[in-house]
Order: sequence, then structure tokens, then C-alpha cells
Amino acid sequence: MRHQGGQLQQMLRTLRGHGGWLSVWLLAAGWLALPSLGIAAEGAPAGPVEYRDIPGIGSRNIVWVIAQLHLLLAGFVLGVPIFAWLCEIVGWKSGEKRYDKLAKEFTKLLTSSYATTALFGGILLFLLIGFYPKLMNYLTDIFFPSFVFYCILFLLETATLYLYWYGWDAMQDGGKKTFHIFLGFLLNLFAFFIMIVPNSWATFQASPVVIAEGTDLARAWAATWNPTWWPVNIHRLIANVVLGGYICGAYAGIRYLAARNAEERDHYDWMGYVGNFIGVFGLLPLPFAGYWLMREIYQYNQQMGITLMGGFLSWLFILQAMLIGVLFLGSNYYFWLGITHRIPGSEHQYKKPIMTMLVILLLCLGVWMTPHSLVASLEEARKMGGTHHPLLGVFGVMSAKMTVANLMILVTFMSFIMYWRAGKQETATWAKVARSVMGAVLILAGIAVIVLGVWGYFVPAIIRINYFSTSQVLIVLFVMLTITPLTALLLKSARTTTEMVWGRMPPRAGYALVLNAVMVILLMTLMGYARSSSRVHWHVYGVMRDSSQYAFSPALGYAAAFMALNTFLFCMLVAFIFWVATMGDKGKATGYGGGEKGKLPHGVPAMAGGSPPRGNEQ
Amino acid sequence: MGALTKPIILLVVIYLLLKFVVPNVPGSAPLPSSLIFLYLMLTMAGIVIYYTMSGESKDAFWGPIQRFLTGENIGALQTARYGVLILFPLLVGWQTYGSTAVSDAPPAENRTIHPAPPGEYTGLSNPVSKTPENIMQGKGFYAAFCSPCHGGNFDGKGPAARGFNPPPANFSDPTTIAMLQESYLFWRIKKGGVGLPIEGMPWKSAMPRWEVELPDEWIWKIILGEYDGAHQSPRTWE
Repeated sequence: MRHQGGQLQQMLRTLRGHGGWLSVWLLAAGWLALPSLGIAAEGAPAGPVEYRDIPGIGSRNIVWVIAQLHLLLAGFVLGVPIFAWLCEIVGWKSGEKRYDKLAKEFTKLLTSSYATTALFGGILLFLLIGFYPKLMNYLTDIFFPSFVFYCILFLLETATLYLYWYGWDAMQDGGKKTFHIFLGFLLNLFAFFIMIVPNSWATFQASPVVIAEGTDLARAWAATWNPTWWPVNIHRLIANVVLGGYICGAYAGIRYLAARNAEERDHYDWMGYVGNFIGVFGLLPLPFAGYWLMREIYQYNQQMGITLMGGFLSWLFILQAMLIGVLFLGSNYYFWLGITHRIPGSEHQYKKPIMTMLVILLLCLGVWMTPHSLVASLEEARKMGGTHHPLLGVFGVMSAKMTVANLMILVTFMSFIMYWRAGKQETATWAKVARSVMGAVLILAGIAVIVLGVWGYFVPAIIRINYFSTSQVLIVLFVMLTITPLTALLLKSARTTTEMVWGRMPPRAGYALVLNAVMVILLMTLMGYARSSSRVHWHVYGVMRDSSQYAFSPALGYAAAFMALNTFLFCMLVAFIFWVATMGDKGKATGYGGGEKGKLPHGVPAMAGGSPPRGNEQ
Repeated sequence: MGALTKPIILLVVIYLLLKFVVPNVPGSAPLPSSLIFLYLMLTMAGIVIYYTMSGESKDAFWGPIQRFLTGENIGALQTARYGVLILFPLLVGWQTYGSTAVSDAPPAENRTIHPAPPGEYTGLSNPVSKTPENIMQGKGFYAAFCSPCHGGNFDGKGPAARGFNPPPANFSDPTTIAMLQESYLFWRIKKGGVGLPIEGMPWKSAMPRWEVELPDEWIWKIILGEYDGAHQSPRTWE
């Protein structure tokens, strides 16, 4: 005791000797350790612990933040390999080194984020085991075989990523490059399974399939193949591409704003364009996947469907409309800025089409954002005869929303087509016919989408859902599948009248890229909350009830604050990771072979362009 | 100031349209300020996007604003500039005060019209077969119990409807019962307004709890009659 007391006195003396710093550290450590003193185990003292909590902060809040950060990082890490690999293939096939360089740059971002994603996954797992032992015990009992499979997948993915990244320069020629491309394929294959396996755990909680008999494997398989598993798989796969694309776009946007020479400006302008293109490419089919998911949820359980789309969570879909609207506007704005700044002299030529597209987008967004039940004062509600406006209330239901979503997709697609064709003159003899066909297809498709949307009000819901909405989607897909190859064929023999000039975008283009990324992150945090909250007071819907003190859905305002916090934390985290990853780039030249710029691989529309560096126009 | 005139006129025209024209369209009603604000914000976003598309249009749009605010060569407008610089913060302050000060006005409503039903009511199918007799019987029950409020034409305009705020539901509107499954209507008729969850604001519904007066079979028949009379079909998955 005496010895210990002496040690304590010595420590205190040391503390005084080191001024305030050590005491501050100790105080901070003590403060951080305080919650652990208060960790409360709920449940009967004699029985097994069902929940643990950290008073003051709340176990649910901690899990919310960590799970969301992990999911966002995972979305990025699983989305980037898809287009990094595609870029590498384009570079490989076309012989253009800049695509290979771009693919490598994407992979660098991926490699640096991979470890952090795994770290957050590990933290999440420990927290879940600690805070929700009963639930985790139940899930382990059902999913243990897939846990093992997941671990194997992770080992394979990690090994492949190491080979893919560290072997990049060593595997550049001949058969080695083919092997490297194969590694990229494997990377994506394992990544896909890494995504869908945990999806089965999460979707099981929302739409469980529980069988009492059979082997462990049979039970795990039945639980995995639950009604919302594939809709979520597809939705997340596309969303990951969107997230990855826009984050890479934002990265390029920031690097573009900070560029110190014309070469850097050229490169990051181009990279920003590719990032935005990938984001838009994924964004176009995303609403279809979301619609399918919601349809499956409705069909699985009416209560859950109404909670989401008609009940207290329905306001989230107005916020969602707002965020998607900003995303559509931001992406189109970037395309339009590209036309007016990268193609000299095109400013006046494209003014009218841009204005038309902008007006259509805004009108559609106005309809999409109009809620069924309006926020109104008592007096306003009395004048309207309730919170449902007799005239504009029709905009509040799915028929209207689906119609405008499809129209916005069409407009965005045409925005891209316009960008693609800008600065070129078609020389094919059949060019006039092709243009007429494309115009007719577009106009007829637009009319058909609107007619089906209006007609949807006068038919039974099942006809609208199964036939009309599906037809609208198929019409839009038909337009894309008709116009894209036609345009590619037309441009194959086209003459370039005005060379596309990279590096001339104004700073607001860089900010638009950052805005798009923030919107996507906010959207994912919003929908993460919606998906989780749709289970209401169930851990496993209808099977295991949440009996903790947090068995309530947080209010929308409270949830919105967490969404904002998670978005902020993720942005900071990504900024830090990218900063660390690109530290070594400072001072290095970004050269990718100027002589190779401007040579476009035919049939690779998105990656179009290339010209000598120019000054930056503000 | 040329480039600024058009957007200002556009904003004013849209405001006037939403405030005075739309409410006077037959069958329409005044728009709540939240919706007008939303549409004006969209218009504003469109204006900013359009005018910042090129360097030339951006300068034409922002230039006068920037010059006015910085006082650069604005001559006689200097007084107006001081006025704006003084009045704008006051306006923001007044708005902030107005939105945070204690008021006797009730808060804006955010009622969920179609809240989720309790689990036991989901997935129920109508046990009464859809025969002409049952539909006729259902319409008879509807006429006796429901039509005083929801109207003989199923349009929410029954003789007693004027006494209620919010008014009774209009079943002929394709955005009401056509969006719902029969089991949903069964829950709403059976449990009435008091059976609504909090987000549905049970205190805002005068719908009686019909389970105390009507047997389940009658309620199911009323549902058949309602859909048939309103020329709507329930949401189904087959």
C-alpha cells in the first residue's frame, strides 16, 4: 500500500511538473471512460443480458453513426472497383494511357478507403455484440454459415485487391495485363458477394423468412432468400456506383479547384466529367430499382409499406424528392456548363435547348416535391377543406411521381446526348433520317409517359403498378437503347467542328460536383433511416420485438440532425483519407502523355474529348 | 439592370399566379404558404442555374447585384443601397422573431392522412363475396350509416359534411380509397377516428367507431358498396 501510495504521489508530482497537458489528457481519458462506468445492462439480473447501453449518448445513436459511416464507406469501396475496372478495360482496348491512369487513380482512392471500411465494420460488429447480445445471438444462430462464407470472401477480396493495386505497374503488358484485368473482374465478383451477404442479414430483419426445421445451411439459405433481398441487392449495387461516381467527381472537383497548372486542370476537369457521367449513368436506373424495392415491401407487408409511403415516414420521401431533384439539377448543370465552357462558341447555340430542359426539370421537380398532405396552418387547411389540396393534391400520389421521375430521367439522358453531339457535325447520308427518328422517338415516348401517368388515376392500383408504371420504365429504357446506339453510329463518321477544350470549366463546376456528392451522401443517410425505421419496434419484423428503451422511432427532426451529422462525419473522413492518399502526389507531374489526348476511342461516348491545355475561364 | 428585370418579373408573375389565379380555378382552393414558398424556391433555383450557365450571362446577372452591394459606380442609387443594407438585416431579424416568438396561432398541421394500420388488420381479405346482392346490401348500409357525411354520391359531400373540419373523405377521388386495400378500410371503419395512431391525429377525425354498432360482415359489405358506388377498385396484388 505504501509503495502504491508513493507511486500515486510520484504521478501527481509528475503531472504538476508537466504543466496542464497531462492533466488535460487524464481528464479527457476519464471523461471518455465515464460512460463505461455507467454501461447499464438491461434485463433481469439473473437472466442473460439482452441490451447494454451507454447512458447519456445512447447505444442506438452510437450504432446509428457507426453503421451509417460503415455503409457509406462500403458503398464507395464496392462501387469504385466497378468503374475503375471498366476504365481500365477502355484504356486497355483503346490503347489510351490516360484511362489506365484514371483507373489507377480510382483504385488508389479505393485502396486507401478499404482499410477504414473494414475498421468501421469491425467496430460496428463489436458494438452490436455488446449492445444487442440477444439479437446478435439470434442472428448468429440463423446466419452462422453465411458468417463463415463472408469471412472467406473478405480474405479473397483483400488478397485480390493487394494484387490488383500493387501489381498495377508490374502487370502492364501482354498476358500480364490480361491477368490484371482478370484480377479486376475477380475483385468485382468478390465485392458483389461481400455486398449481398450482409444485405441478407439486414433484409432478413425487415422481411424475415424463418424455418424451424432443416440443417443450419438450409435455415440460413431460407433466411437469406427473403422477399426484399434481391430488390435491396440491385438497389444498393446501382446506388454504390452512383455514390462512387459522385465522390470521385467531388474529389476531381476539389483537385480541379486547387490545380496549380494547366495540365492538372485538364486532367481533373476530365476526371470530374467522368465521375459525373458515372454518377448520372447509375442515377438513371436507380429510381426504377427503388420502385421495385418499395413494391416488394408493400407486397410483403402492407403495414410496412404504408408506414414508409403513406405513414409517418412518408415525409422522408418529400425530402428524398428534394435531394434527388437537386442531384438531377446539379448533374445537368454540370453537363450544360461543360457544353458552354468546353466547346467554344456553343454558348448561344445551346441556350434554347438548355432552357427547355431546365423548365421541364423544374416543372417535374415541382410535381415530385408536392406532398399529398400539405403543411398548412389551421386557417389554410380550413380554406382548402383539409390538408389535401383539391387541385394539386393529385400530384401527391405515385402516378404523378412516377411520371415526372421518368420525364426527368429522359431529360437528363437527352442532356448527355446533347453534350455528346456538341461540337460535331454528322456527315452520314442517313443523318437527317436518324435525327428525325430520334426526335420522334423522344417526343412519342414523352407523350406516352404522360398519357400513362394520367390514365393511371382511372384504373385499379394493380393495373397501374403492374402495367402502367412498368410500361413507363420500359418506354424510357427503349428510348435510351434506341438513341444511344444511333448516336454512336452517327458520331462514328461525324466531323469535329469545334474541339472540346478541357480545363476551362469555371470554379462553380467544381462546387457543383461537390454538391452532387453531398446530396448523394445525404440521400443514403436519409434512406438508411427510412429502411431501418420501417421495422418500427421490431428487431426482426414480426419475430423479435425490440424491448429496449429505444423501441421507438426517432422524430423526423431528430433523425434529420443525425443524417446531417453522419454526412458531415463521412465527408470529413473521406477528405482525410484522400488527403493522406494523395500526399505523395504533391509536386509530381500529372502527365499522361499529351500526344495521346484528343484521340477518342469510337463507341466510348462518355470519355469523349481531349485537346491542348487552355486557360481557365471564369 | 436589364438582365435582372426578367427574373424579377418571372418571380412576381409566378407568385401572382399561385396566389390569385390557381385558387380561382374551378374546383381549386388557396394554396398554403409552404407550397407557394416551395415553388418560388424552385423558380429561384432555375433562375440562378440559367444565368450562371455562361460567363457572359453570369456577369450580366450578378454584375448589377455586386455593383449595387459594393456601391461601385451606382451614382444616385447610393441611398437605396444604404436602405437595403440597413433594411435587409432588419427583415431577417423580423422574420426570425416572427418564426420563434410565442404566438397564439396553432402550429402548421402535418397530419398523416393514411397512417399504417395495426398488424392484425394487414393482409385481411374481404370474406364477403362480391355478388350483386352483397354490393346492393352494402350500398344500403352505406346509405344508412355513411352517406350523411360521405355523401350519397360517395364524393364526401353529405348533408352533415359542412359541419366537419377536416371534411369527410371523398371516395370518388382516385387518391383516396383507390390507393388502399380493403383491409385498410375495414380497420378505419371499425375503429373510427379514435383508432388512429398519433401521426393521424385522432382528435381531428369525427369518424365514429362503428365496431360498437355494426357487425363485421356489414362493414365488409359496406366496403364492397363503397368501391362499387365510387367507381373505384381496391388495391390488390393479384
